[in-house]
Amino acid sequence: MFLVPLCLLPFVGTLLLSIMGRASRNGLAAIALLPAMAGLVLLARVAPFILRGGVVEWHMDWVPILGLEISLRLDALGFLFAGLILGIGLLIILYARFYLAAGDAMGRFLAMLLLFQGAMLGIALSGNILLLLIFWELTSLSSFLLIGFRSDKAEGRQGARMALTVTGGGGLALIGGLMLLGTIAGSFELSDILASGDIIRASTLYPVALILILLGCFTKSAQFPFHFWLPHAMAAPTPVSAYLHSATMVKAGVFLLARFWPVLSGTDLWFYLVTTTGLITMILGAAVALFRHDLKAILAYSTISHLGLLTMLFGFGTPVAAMVGVFHLLNHALFKAALFMNAGIVDHETGTRDIRLLGGLATLMPITATLGLVASASMAGLPPLAGFLSKEMMLEEAGHTLWAGQFWIVPLAAVIAAMLSVAYSLRYIVHLYFGPRPASYPAQPHDPPFGLWAPSALLVALAIVIGLFPQTLTAGLITSAAAVVTGGTAPPFKPALWHGVTPALVMSIVAVMIGTLMLWRHGILLRAWDALPLPDAKRMFDRTLDWLVDRAKDMTQAIHNGSLQRQLGLLFLVAILVGGLGVWTGGYSPGTRPTIPAPPVAIIAWGLLLAAVAAVVKAQRQRYLTLIYISVVGLVVSLAFVYLSAPDLALTQISVEVVTILLLLLALNLMPKQPVRLSSNALRLRDGLIGLAGGTAAGLAAWAVMTREPNDPISAYHWANSYSGGGGTNVVNVTLVDFRAFDTFGEITVLGIAALTIFALLQPAARGPSGQRLRQWVADLPRSPERHPMMFAVAARLLLPLATMIGLFIFLRGHNLPGGGFIAGLVVSIAMLMQYMASGFEWADQRRRIDEHMLIGLGVTIAALTGLGSLFFGAPLFTSAFGYVTLPIVGTFELATAMLFDIGVAMTVIGAVMLALAELSHISQRAEKALVEDDGPMDIDPAKLRGPRS
Amino acid sequence: MSIEFLVASAIAALTAAGIYLALRGRTFPVVLGLAMLSYAINLFLFAIGRLTVNHPPLYEKGVTDYADPLPQALVLTAIVISFAMTALAVVLSLRSFLETGTDQVDGIIEADPPHPDPEAAP
Repeated sequence: MFLVPLCLLPFVGTLLLSIMGRASRNGLAAIALLPAMAGLVLLARVAPFILRGGVVEWHMDWVPILGLEISLRLDALGFLFAGLILGIGLLIILYARFYLAAGDAMGRFLAMLLLFQGAMLGIALSGNILLLLIFWELTSLSSFLLIGFRSDKAEGRQGARMALTVTGGGGLALIGGLMLLGTIAGSFELSDILASGDIIRASTLYPVALILILLGCFTKSAQFPFHFWLPHAMAAPTPVSAYLHSATMVKAGVFLLARFWPVLSGTDLWFYLVTTTGLITMILGAAVALFRHDLKAILAYSTISHLGLLTMLFGFGTPVAAMVGVFHLLNHALFKAALFMNAGIVDHETGTRDIRLLGGLATLMPITATLGLVASASMAGLPPLAGFLSKEMMLEEAGHTLWAGQFWIVPLAAVIAAMLSVAYSLRYIVHLYFGPRPASYPAQPHDPPFGLWAPSALLVALAIVIGLFPQTLTAGLITSAAAVVTGGTAPPFKPALWHGVTPALVMSIVAVMIGTLMLWRHGILLRAWDALPLPDAKRMFDRTLDWLVDRAKDMTQAIHNGSLQRQLGLLFLVAILVGGLGVWTGGYSPGTRPTIPAPPVAIIAWGLLLAAVAAVVKAQRQRYLTLIYISVVGLVVSLAFVYLSAPDLALTQISVEVVTILLLLLALNLMPKQPVRLSSNALRLRDGLIGLAGGTAAGLAAWAVMTREPNDPISAYHWANSYSGGGGTNVVNVTLVDFRAFDTFGEITVLGIAALTIFALLQPAARGPSGQRLRQWVADLPRSPERHPMMFAVAARLLLPLATMIGLFIFLRGHNLPGGGFIAGLVVSIAMLMQYMASGFEWADQRRRIDEHMLIGLGVTIAALTGLGSLFFGAPLFTSAFGYVTLPIVGTFELATAMLFDIGVAMTVIGAVMLALAELSHISQRAEKALVEDDGPMDIDPAKLRGPRS
Repeated sequence: MSIEFLVASAIAALTAAGIYLALRGRTFPVVLGLAMLSYAINLFLFAIGRLTVNHPPLYEKGVTDYADPLPQALVLTAIVISFAMTALAVVLSLRSFLETGTDQVDGIIEADPPHPDPEAAP
């Protein structure tokens, strides 16, 4: 059970830090330290059990049908990895507290760091591979944020983008690979997969799954040819580099290799893919590291090289090599984190990371120099440090590994890599801390405050004591973790500084000697290296990306050239053709349902509608006229709803009609009223034919539907359950607020979003070219001398309470008689819009008490909460409850939770309608500003007349 | 003539006019076209429930003859959403007109601007 808090604590920390970004730097750091400290305590409590080979598991169903479970699992391998993540994380946070400048957004930084920590911890603790994928993606995303922390710098943004592209792309491959793995094993639970190694290796899908999984691991762990993102990720602040590239992010790939070692390793394919990639990466990284001048770049390439070494060890496929891999994983994390912090200190105190500008720092900053020296010696693999032990064991393993039957390839490569490693490690010591001092440093170097060097000192101390007492300190941890990796019992773990003269020792001595020699002649080598025609990975990457983007643009252009007319024309044509195809294959015949004879009034209304439609098309360019005609259409449609037993629809349609016409009028005020004709006769004929075809098709389809008997299995249910289940007799309203409340909820959300979008479109319209046009706008129609007629203003004022009351009435009766939230909202909005029309925007807007945004937000929230409320009573989402209440005088009436929901609906409708129209009239008002002289409620205000005249 | 025929032909006329207007080159007719199409589509959806006269879907025990309430509920929200869509479209066209000075849907600037001459204004 403690696994849950262990996994969640960093995320809680992220949340805490995000909401209290203004706390002091110490306060923030203290909060950030808590998850790591608590996590370490939790780990320490179970340590004895885990080290004896125990496994702690926790399980909860999430989406069982997909095989996605929240299952957490802690075994010795996860324990080691989690320990590194938390332990080094703790030190990094301390270090960051002193490293970051006062101007840096520390709260944001630490919040992102904890997010990343939580994601990494999730990878270590996942017991379900789908869950692991989620955390895996989260590490890619959070590392993107961390690497791009200095988002004001181009290299920070580019580095972050590159890291995300490469690791995110690998993540996609990994998704495929793990899906296949789970499919082969028949379960996505890690324990099941680990138990079915034989089935997996025998499967025909094994090579595909393996390659996909390895792509994920290699991109994350910066293996050749995906290594190039890592040096560019150095644009991150140094604490991030120290964390991501020592213990965590890049180790995630290696961790996964170890995780799936029992099921994936042991085949030739595994050996050649993994070992070879590791070998190449190891040598390549070490070689480049020797010739870089930026301290962090040196460390970045050395990280690539060491990751290659780890990959190679897991690639060997022997239990001993896997055990050495685990041991080196630990050692590398210790010395590499210390070295990154060390480079950060040098950067912090001297103002540069260029090793050519530095030198002779040993006497100026003795503490830093000592720490750097010891950590670097561990990286070089010099005795008596921890790095020596694991490198010795690596050489031993490499010594008897055959590659394509050749005994010399792997040992030779290992010695070359070791030699280069010695050279660049010694260079870090010699060129930085010894050697001649430059004439001046960018800043006067001195040892940093305690808080900045203490974290690395602890790591360096660990590297020393592990080197001296490996058996006592690490045997338990490494043996049990190796046992998990190998899926059985671990081979005996016998690290020692002195094994006698073994082949490994000879190889090591050779490596140190040649490495030292290489450093001595570094100048010559550097010139030779610089003369090599080396490919620039970043340029290649950028070019590939550009190419991809261009192709994507070409494709988009080919499909969609930006012409709405063409796009819509195609859409209509395709729709008509698909309909035509249906008729052609299925045939067309009207049904036999008896029709209702039409009374003369209906025929007259129909004639009116057709005439209005024709008039709209005809008078298209006289835009005010079209508005009058189209409102006739709306009116006839409303009447049709009344006649055809749909009173709710009629009420809605008529009120929507009012606001729509108002809106179009307002918009038209600022737009051309009588534009010149655009299309030629041929074009108009073509569009007319398309319209005719579409119209005929729609009409025929409607006719075919209406003349057939209905076949409805669900409408009857709504009818039958409306009163007994929903407590209302107006089935339409009960459907809206109860049966299909979730739909309605979606709909009012859309309404709110549309209104907010309108706000966002019009609010900035006062700026830029559009603002200029607004200011230059001249009224192009004659204006009535009476801007706010008294009669209209007084009538509108009188109507307001009446209309509001009618709105309330319509709302209250809605559950049982035609009405409800939508209609009530529209009625009330119209009443308020009347005030705007009668007395002008400014006057009315000053008297508005409620913010429309607030109204929309509250409305949607109330509706959502009502829906969620039913969950507390164990009922499904949006279940409503109702009861009857008797009050004196008023009598018995019904109360339903659906009513609360309907209040939300009404509020959203009012907010959205008012926001849209108010914004539009605001814009018009801005344009007419010059014309406005007096902004009283009406032109002739009796109240003013009564007052004393001056 | 039957009511069904009237409704079907009205849907046909509204759709035809809607499509024709939506294919125009200026933004305002396109907005009108969308409004027309909304009427047509809402009527069509409503008609799916078949036409009934004088039997609004207000529940009473024992009544078996009633208008289908489900399409009505769907159309009710559809009417409100159509309003939101029309509003958004008209505001979009207004903003693009203000931003570019042209009210053509494809953003083509005319040689002769549709904007009236300030001096010519009354």
